[in-house]
Amino acid sequence: MNRDDFKMFLNNPDLIYFDNGATTFKPNQVINAVVDYYTKYTANAHRGDYDISNKVDTFYEDTRRVVKDFINAKDESEIIFTKGTTDSMNMIVFSFMKYYLQKGDEVLITKAEHASNVLPWFELEKEIGIVVKFIPLDSNYKVTLENIQKVVTKKTKVISLAYVTNVIGDIRPIHEISKFAHQYGMLLVVDGAQSVPHMKTDVLADDIDFLAFSGHKMLAPTGIGVLYGKRRYLEVMKPLEYGGGMNARFESTKDLEYKELPLRLEAGTMNIAGVLGLKAAILYLKNIGLEKIHKYEQELKKYLLERLKEVSNITVYNEKSEAGIVTFNINNIFSEDTSRYLNHYKICVRAGNHCTKMIKDDLGVKNTCRISLYFYNTKEEVDKLIEVLQNSDKIYEIIL
Amino acid sequence: MDNNFKRELMIDNCNNPYHKRKIETKDFIKANTNNESCIDNIDLYVKVENDVIVDAYFDGEACAVTTSATSIMLRKIIGKSLEEARVIMREYFKMINEEDYQDEVLGELNIYQDISKQPSRKKCALLPFQTLEKTFKIYESESCK
Repeated sequence: MNRDDFKMFLNNPDLIYFDNGATTFKPNQVINAVVDYYTKYTANAHRGDYDISNKVDTFYEDTRRVVKDFINAKDESEIIFTKGTTDSMNMIVFSFMKYYLQKGDEVLITKAEHASNVLPWFELEKEIGIVVKFIPLDSNYKVTLENIQKVVTKKTKVISLAYVTNVIGDIRPIHEISKFAHQYGMLLVVDGAQSVPHMKTDVLADDIDFLAFSGHKMLAPTGIGVLYGKRRYLEVMKPLEYGGGMNARFESTKDLEYKELPLRLEAGTMNIAGVLGLKAAILYLKNIGLEKIHKYEQELKKYLLERLKEVSNITVYNEKSEAGIVTFNINNIFSEDTSRYLNHYKICVRAGNHCTKMIKDDLGVKNTCRISLYFYNTKEEVDKLIEVLQNSDKIYEIIL
Repeated sequence: MDNNFKRELMIDNCNNPYHKRKIETKDFIKANTNNESCIDNIDLYVKVENDVIVDAYFDGEACAVTTSATSIMLRKIIGKSLEEARVIMREYFKMINEEDYQDEVLGELNIYQDISKQPSRKKCALLPFQTLEKTFKIYESESCK
């Protein structure tokens, strides 16, 4: 649906883009928002008293309101603009958890997490001696409350999970996990990179303590993301960056004061064009409706899985997962060779370990091809993929 | 060289690579090169005695170009002196980088002469020799001790 809004399709009429888990195309509405800023009212935010600067200010803070409503946060001050999910996760770990946690405290993650929900924790383990533990995955690589209960101890202080994983595409029972975590005084950190673009997010209903997500995976420009945190946690965050924009005053006596939330955590000139693009992206998504997007993607995935059954020599690894991600290999073919083969037919899929390098322990395979769908993908594109996969006995003639 | 012949040789060396085995042996020098732009990941094991490569093998997961090139490289360099292997390496790098090179030195490795036409595959073709170069450096640093 809505393909006419995307110039990428106009400029690449034969292209089939199945790598939306990596990044998405941008609709004209987003591109226009960025172009308007650079051509009609370029100015810095939170600075000048002149009209165009005020306009930037207003639009910048408008975006915060739009994001707040989008994820159903309580207050705008709980929305911090960042570079993306990785930046947000690093802020959570090194601005907050570093001071909140103590040596010996345990943090639960899984082997299916993206690097950005793994490596900051590993580093904190080295730095202050927390213990990172893995929640065992079930036979469909899913997280269950039962398995969490198996590894929780009195020392467990944090559960940090992707809402939707980027290789398996399972939707975690975050609501249930959140209730359990809070019952025992644990905090819940959610990596929303693969969920926020595709389904309704409600941080209040799910009682999420911290949420991280990226703009570019949901139609917005690259280099813009969001950190959501409950106000009481953001209040005590120690900024990672100091400088312009975040200070209220400072004297030669070294007497100083920082701004209130959220600006205290947004030092330096932010990615203003990105913020304005993010607003346009969210309004665009809301206009279609997240429920509609989610339903459409699930239907398309179902169709894709059904049609993949017609291809004899492939293995699908995540048939039971809910989100619009399908992970597969052509039997006995290295995933990168498969993606190059598909590329010959202008079909873009991702090959490799997808920054999720520990899932191989459970999956039994290091590298896979990943199809990640978005609302602008179609059944016709799936049909073309199937046709190409059915002729994959010619793969080496094509790629070598 | 005929394109079909080149392709057949690559496919043959990819599907049934020579010198690919899993056993780790003590007196072999081991090097691994993760190709940063993609996911080819091979471990190369080389045994050098009196500056001669007396045995070598590899293990790991890699694409058809890397796997076949490693297989052909190992067939070419086993039994050669380090000096001879270096000449092969130098000429191979020249070929991949589209410089003038001595094709008579490379034998079957000449099948990768057009690989630079596909820039993304160039890295895959370079990987086996880059890893071999790494083992030579380890050998040299150990010999100096």
